[in-house]
Amino acid sequence: MNYDQARWTHDANGESTADQYEPLLSEKNTEEVAVDSPLPDDLTRDSLELPDLSEPELARHYTRLSQMNYGIDSGPYPLGSCTMKYNPKFTEDVAALADAAVHPDRSDRSVQGTLALLDGLQDYLARIGGMDAVSLQPPAGAAGEYTGILVAKAFHEQNGEGEQRDEIIVPDSAHGTNFASAALAGYDVVELPSGDDGRVDLEALEAAASDRTALFMLTNPNTLGLFERDIGEIAGIVHDAGGLLYYDGANLNALLGQARPGDMGFDIMHYNVHKTFATPHGGGGPGAGPVGVTERLAEFLPAPRVRERDGGKEFELFDPENTVGKVHGFEGNWLVLVKTYAYIARLGDEGLRDASAKAVLNANYLASQIDYDIPFGPFHHEFVASAGDQDAADVAKRMLDYGVHPPTTKWPEIVPEALMTEPTEIEGKETLDQLADAFNSVASEDDETLESAPNRTTARRIDQTSAARNLRLSWHALEEEE
Amino acid sequence: MSGRNERGSPYAPHTAAETDAMLSAVGVEGVGDLFDIPEQVAFDGEFGIESRSEREAERHVAGLLARNDDLTEFLGRGHYEHYVPSLVDHISARSEFLTSYTQYQPEITQGFLQALFEYQSMLVELTGLEIVNASMYDHATALAEAALLAARVRQTSGDRVLVPEYLLDARRDVLENYTDGAGLSVETYATDDGNVDPDALAETIDDDAVLVYAENPTALGTVEENLDAVGRLADNHDALFCLGSDPVALSVLQEPESVGADVVVGDAAALGLPTAYGMGLGLFACRDDFVRQVPGRLVGASEDDADRRAYTLTLQTREQHIRRERATSNICTNQAWVALRTAIHAAYLGPGGLVDLANDCVTLAADLADRLDAVKGVQAPVHDRHHFREFVAHTDQPAVAIAEDLEAEGFAVHAVGEHHVQVCITDANEHAADALVAAFEEVA
Repeated sequence: MNYDQARWTHDANGESTADQYEPLLSEKNTEEVAVDSPLPDDLTRDSLELPDLSEPELARHYTRLSQMNYGIDSGPYPLGSCTMKYNPKFTEDVAALADAAVHPDRSDRSVQGTLALLDGLQDYLARIGGMDAVSLQPPAGAAGEYTGILVAKAFHEQNGEGEQRDEIIVPDSAHGTNFASAALAGYDVVELPSGDDGRVDLEALEAAASDRTALFMLTNPNTLGLFERDIGEIAGIVHDAGGLLYYDGANLNALLGQARPGDMGFDIMHYNVHKTFATPHGGGGPGAGPVGVTERLAEFLPAPRVRERDGGKEFELFDPENTVGKVHGFEGNWLVLVKTYAYIARLGDEGLRDASAKAVLNANYLASQIDYDIPFGPFHHEFVASAGDQDAADVAKRMLDYGVHPPTTKWPEIVPEALMTEPTEIEGKETLDQLADAFNSVASEDDETLESAPNRTTARRIDQTSAARNLRLSWHALEEEE
Repeated sequence: MSGRNERGSPYAPHTAAETDAMLSAVGVEGVGDLFDIPEQVAFDGEFGIESRSEREAERHVAGLLARNDDLTEFLGRGHYEHYVPSLVDHISARSEFLTSYTQYQPEITQGFLQALFEYQSMLVELTGLEIVNASMYDHATALAEAALLAARVRQTSGDRVLVPEYLLDARRDVLENYTDGAGLSVETYATDDGNVDPDALAETIDDDAVLVYAENPTALGTVEENLDAVGRLADNHDALFCLGSDPVALSVLQEPESVGADVVVGDAAALGLPTAYGMGLGLFACRDDFVRQVPGRLVGASEDDADRRAYTLTLQTREQHIRRERATSNICTNQAWVALRTAIHAAYLGPGGLVDLANDCVTLAADLADRLDAVKGVQAPVHDRHHFREFVAHTDQPAVAIAEDLEAEGFAVHAVGEHHVQVCITDANEHAADALVAAFEEVA
């Protein structure tokens, strides 16, 4: 397979702009208009200066930008921990239905369709996670974490242990958001070193857990793709210490229909629907991070939630009895939730179970075909290879030249020069073989080749130091520079 | 099983023969052998969720949503609809944009990075502040991040966040939830006739205030007339002044920088998204002094090895994936795709179109208030101020009854007090203004 990404170029030729790819909107045509308003002059601005282009010009501008971008529809995207699945097109269509375009302050009785869908999604997610109650409000995974921590805090406060339990335990291999969410909520973060096998070290957990423990946050399978086989003991240690156990749903795509967080002893979890349930990542978002809890914690979930009335004929919003309140100004990322519901309704039991089975098969097959060392196993939906003597960041840049998106690099740190790889279930054998060829070709190349990559992408290697030292965060800053 | 995976995931392409070949390459007999899950926690049940064809799934979801009543909405209070040009839908649906991830490999994602850089730049122009991030979740969470930023940048201690009486309950709730861990306390200061009351603010503000918040337009639809005074008071006490607004309003209202705003937050999805049950786009702008304390992603310009200008995420050492518990925020997944849509919509309108749209929001609200004021049993607007998009009206009948009766006539308005309704009008619903006035005449 050969690959060259589209590359529009615009060279300065003595103009005031720099050599560049597609010029900025502001460099194409800008107008300054005087603001003439029915409001008194002292309440208005004097003028407004912004790009002024025709629709055809804009269509071409943005189409060129899209050509200089890479999505899951462009090619393989095995970013570990990010679960880049195919985003079914029909889910876009249902989210765009006119019936879905309702305002959040509508009366319950006038939005029975919206409430029915949300109620159905709460139910789907509860079944899939083995949880008893779900809030759909958190707009992203990190917001879900934060919500879960607020729920844990409310629980401990109700037990009179709010002040005493001021620590959250997080494994060293956890996602950065776990640490940040715990700190945001005012907790001390206790970092738990991984054991030699890449899993939770039970002795270290015993030593860390105490009457100060509010929560232990865990991903399972963990970042190395390993199932925490001691999950029963882990839950026992945390619960015996009076703490709660939190499931980070980032890796749930490994487990659909195989194991459920609720059955493993987790009290609280979030779902990354943009990972597990295939809603598009949109260049960084929006996602959604619904939170599920066991029965005893349902009273603390954010307000409002949805419930059935009159034996399922009607639906209504209600505030849980001891709710932590709101974590979003309205009800979260509705359009994403519609797509989530549609995906689950399409796949059902058989499809979801098969998705995880194929995701795990794909990771294992790809791993069996690549030359880099993979120090930890048995892994599930993802594996972490080591680039060894090569720099993982350079490996990634070179892989771009083979028409594939590289894996997540340099994390987790437990594997030197980590290449964290998650092909997901959507790739077939032929694509996985191409991916393996890309890995193996790069593995055999010298440092010089790697350091001069990428060559076939729109931009060549970008100077990160210059970006950070000489900050230019808007076209105004670029103009000042000139 | 023969052929492709008919009873499995429709999005997994494996034929039975390929699956077998892959299993033997791995060296196991079945996929089940690859799961290292202890028996006591393995799930052997069913979810009880039906599998459907695409047609069945689409019909099922459409059928659920069809239960929503078809009302003409005159609703706002933080979630606004303007007509979204078709270009926005078509361009933002291009899968190179829609199905891409965060731009951790900038060389292959220049297109999205440039679009976000252009979004940041347009909002820099609208706010007058030098720094705009590549999105927060919504107005409420952006406000919360502003308070946290204020607490971080403040040289001396202080824990008071001062918010106006008109702050929406939901925004206040989110603000409290996000700032409780930092030990901040949210306190209300009085307003006067739908605007902040500078005298009341002067009485309550002291050197413990880290942030003073106001909105323009306010959640009541009024245009603020006293922002200079708020900016001065905040400055006198070394507190940051945070202003809530949106890109349509910012096209004509006083430039936040000119009234002393240090941070601007808001819902930028007023441009770019249709009504979406409250889904938004958190606008976050601030002065460049705070750039190293900003939450969320920033796109910056740099150069590549071909000596061309290129774009990349920058100052990532502020972010959670590097700084962990010392990050400026826990945000990771954000609203980037909505920012793309907002940028396209703003570029489509251009400066002239934005000013026209904003001016329409002023005249439409004034005209509708006049017409409702002429209806027996209605006095509008309640606040003797200029309005933007929406206004509060007094009704002699209980507001809840008015709202219910209007709903029976096919219209949705807010009941916001015992005898107060709130009505929002934009280019998206102005065609139904005559009918709404007629319905008010029936029910008031």
